[in-house]
Amino acid sequence: MMSWECVIGLEAHVQLSTETKLFSRASTSFGEEPNTNVNLVDCGLPGVLPTVNKNAFYKAIRFGLAVDADINQTSLFDRKNYFYPDLPKGYQITQMELPIVSGGKVEIEIEGAKKIINLTRAHLEEDAGKSIHEGMDGTGVDLNRAGTPLLEIVSEPEISSAKEAVAYMKAIHQIVTFLDVSDGNMSQGSLRCDANVSVRKKGDEELGTRTEIKNINSFRFIEKAINYEIERQIDVIESGESVTQETRLYDSIKNETRPMRSKEFANDYRYFPDPDLLPVMISDAEIEEIKATFPEMPKDKFVRYQSEFNIPENDAQIISSSKNLATFFEECMENTKDAKLLSNIIIGDISSLLNKENIEIIDSKLSTKNVSELVNLVTEGVISGKIAKTVLEETWDSGLSPIEIVESSGLKQIDDDDEIERIIDQIISEHPDQVSAYKGGKDKLFGFFVGQIMKATQGKANPASANKILKDKLDN
Amino acid sequence: MQFKTIKEINAGLVSKKFSAEEFIKDTFDLINKNKVLNCFISLNEENALAKAKKIKVSKDSHLLSGIPIAQKDLFCTKGTKTTCGSKMLENFNPPYSSKVVDALDAAGSICVGKTNMDEFAMGSSNETSFFGNVHNPWKKGFVPGGSSGGAACSVAAGLVPAATGTDTGGSIRQPAALCGLTGIKPTYGRISRWGMIAFASSLDQAGPICRTAEDCSILLDAMSGYDSRDTTSLNLDSTNTFADLNKPYENLRIGVVDEFNIDALNRESQKLFNESLKVFESLGASIHNISLPNINQSVPTYYVIAPAECSSNLSRYDGVKFGHRSLEAEDLESLYINSRSEGFGDEVKRRILIGTYVLSAGYYDAYYKKAQQVRRLIKNDFEEAFKEVDLIVSPTSPSEAFGFGSKGTQDPTELYLEDLYTISSNLAGLPALSMPHGFVNGLPVGIQLIGNYLEESMILNFANRFQQSTDFHNAKPTFEGF
Repeated sequence: MMSWECVIGLEAHVQLSTETKLFSRASTSFGEEPNTNVNLVDCGLPGVLPTVNKNAFYKAIRFGLAVDADINQTSLFDRKNYFYPDLPKGYQITQMELPIVSGGKVEIEIEGAKKIINLTRAHLEEDAGKSIHEGMDGTGVDLNRAGTPLLEIVSEPEISSAKEAVAYMKAIHQIVTFLDVSDGNMSQGSLRCDANVSVRKKGDEELGTRTEIKNINSFRFIEKAINYEIERQIDVIESGESVTQETRLYDSIKNETRPMRSKEFANDYRYFPDPDLLPVMISDAEIEEIKATFPEMPKDKFVRYQSEFNIPENDAQIISSSKNLATFFEECMENTKDAKLLSNIIIGDISSLLNKENIEIIDSKLSTKNVSELVNLVTEGVISGKIAKTVLEETWDSGLSPIEIVESSGLKQIDDDDEIERIIDQIISEHPDQVSAYKGGKDKLFGFFVGQIMKATQGKANPASANKILKDKLDN
Repeated sequence: MQFKTIKEINAGLVSKKFSAEEFIKDTFDLINKNKVLNCFISLNEENALAKAKKIKVSKDSHLLSGIPIAQKDLFCTKGTKTTCGSKMLENFNPPYSSKVVDALDAAGSICVGKTNMDEFAMGSSNETSFFGNVHNPWKKGFVPGGSSGGAACSVAAGLVPAATGTDTGGSIRQPAALCGLTGIKPTYGRISRWGMIAFASSLDQAGPICRTAEDCSILLDAMSGYDSRDTTSLNLDSTNTFADLNKPYENLRIGVVDEFNIDALNRESQKLFNESLKVFESLGASIHNISLPNINQSVPTYYVIAPAECSSNLSRYDGVKFGHRSLEAEDLESLYINSRSEGFGDEVKRRILIGTYVLSAGYYDAYYKKAQQVRRLIKNDFEEAFKEVDLIVSPTSPSEAFGFGSKGTQDPTELYLEDLYTISSNLAGLPALSMPHGFVNGLPVGIQLIGNYLEESMILNFANRFQQSTDFHNAKPTFEGF
């Protein structure tokens, strides 16, 4: 069997988290009624002119600085001309000749091995609108998204597997979310990518013919689409045919890529500098100001969490690598002291709830106030760690405060040693066989008695006290 | 009431010789009596009269208060049709007004209607308009020039004292010249392009057409000024050219361009040109020969850049959102093809095709990029020249007005040469004015003054002094053949 290698380059499209659009003052908020976030400029009315949203530039520059790229202090906008109903002006304003960001590098890690992926460039452009077919007599056009700022990040063709592609996109996701360049919400299309894929025989110098898979919008689909495409291309070549250079779409339901109709993309975009927009100049002072507001990045958080909060390396790793978890953790720490317990709850029970519902922590009902309150209830001995899980699930569902939950459902820990002793006496008297077996050397039965105590108290017995009293009783 | 200047109407309003309402009523009588000229695409009678009724003019009012003006039909006017002279926008009612319209409204002037023009401002004779030819008031069946042909006609016929125009390659100055009027295209960026329907964005600039340089300065001052909605708008205060009309500009050096080859003009035009130079000298100016080595590349350079920009600017007219939509469409592609084929006229299509071609892969470097480089050279030539002289003078157009259909029907590029003298100031972004300086075959012709960047005051000041010592601007059209 011939041995193959693949060469992948990614174009990541990042929707910038600006309040308003790239060239108009219309809002960028997601999920509004069709054509409500649209002004004169967005619908390309005769006589309107674009004006530049400098915030989009600042976000692009933040990204550029984070990946150690060159910032082009003079950058130009060009027009990409093609006809499509969701493209109101008949051209898209983008950056061709002089993008805001040139070069840069992103580090990825695959099974412990680090690799640098170099970037070609990152440029600003406006998004198009959306064609709507469902529930319409004919086709509708929604221009809410038209003009939303995108940063297109183009990698060099240095990615050599679908796994690396996913790691690369995750790294991009981490950078843009930490820097508040984008909300990174893939289900809302804030981060998507096009993948250029080709294969060649191992050791060949020349690149094979590439295909471009358009608009992949989840990490899982990136991996699947690229793997499918690699195998397809190898099959084509091994069957004696050659790969056609074309644009393909990934169908996630059938798990396959298929060619787009040639009419779905134009060939000659007739790029030229947009005469409505002067070159955009960025001063040294503006760049310095952006640098000064640079947030702490995951690597630094990872180190600080261990030294400042003394949490385990693994916890620090998981929390620091997600913008949402890190922010949540840090906000909780403002109201609680037990970092270890907090991190344990976040990467344990909270993470499994998030995974189960497949949502981000900011989209859940959990508030930092409630979680820090929960941690405090445990550290103050009001509830046990076991009850904490129950309370967490309740506050997860209802959004109610843990104190309220504990009070209204009597989940408060039993700290009264006399009461615990009374319960233990009762259990010992009910299980004479187990008592004699334990005394005869079956140490493991200790756990059985603990279980009985927790059962009898619905988990509310203070575990330390219960253990101590039980041991005293059984050993004497 | 006919043939009054802004200054004269203002004097009448201030002294209560007539009210704004009376004057506007008379204006509409005049307009309606002269419908044959076809200089208006639509009238704004009801709104104009309502506004006039409310206006009280005193000596403290803006000079434009109560003054009727005509707007070229490519300035968006909220709620009233703005056609750009095209079938494509025959029924387009913009939901907003252009900066120019708002600024002139705010100054108190009264928009009486929207003037006829070459389709999307592409043409030099007003013959490409979907709404028909416009007659030159000096001679029936003769063109008023273009693209601001309706604007020039409405002022030349004495219906209104002032009209707005736009100038991409001469569209204010050439019709002003052919109709015996004064018109100025200011420095690129002086007047906001917000709401001015684009032909070629890097060349388009609005400006006034009036009977006198003095009136032009009143209008220009009101139209100009920074507008944050147009990033190409210059971040400067409005011009102050009216106040500067009395400023002494001594010993101006005036350049005559060798490459314009004045000797090759017909004898009559040559004679007029030389006579005007004598007037200039009598005003204290000195005449110098200068060279603009790349100036003869202006027309070909322009006819690459302007169509390139237009091909992209006009892409939005696709039958999807606004403008003409074909009823013959079966699918998306035929919707595009049929809507655009039916909605645009021949000259617009010709320029879209040229523009699409010069921007295409493989041709971009040879045409568009090269043209931009030559444009830079032309700009440099002017920058050098303005180290030696204060103003540059030339004829405005190669000839006087011509009959309908007599130019460019066989070879459209014949008509492109109408812009020979005017195009270079658009390419360089320089301010330039045309004013009447005599007659050829009984028809008015104009002389052009090009100034350095932002020197509108100097240009208008000098033109005003020229008009104080000549009488060409007072000539009234003969209405021959009407």
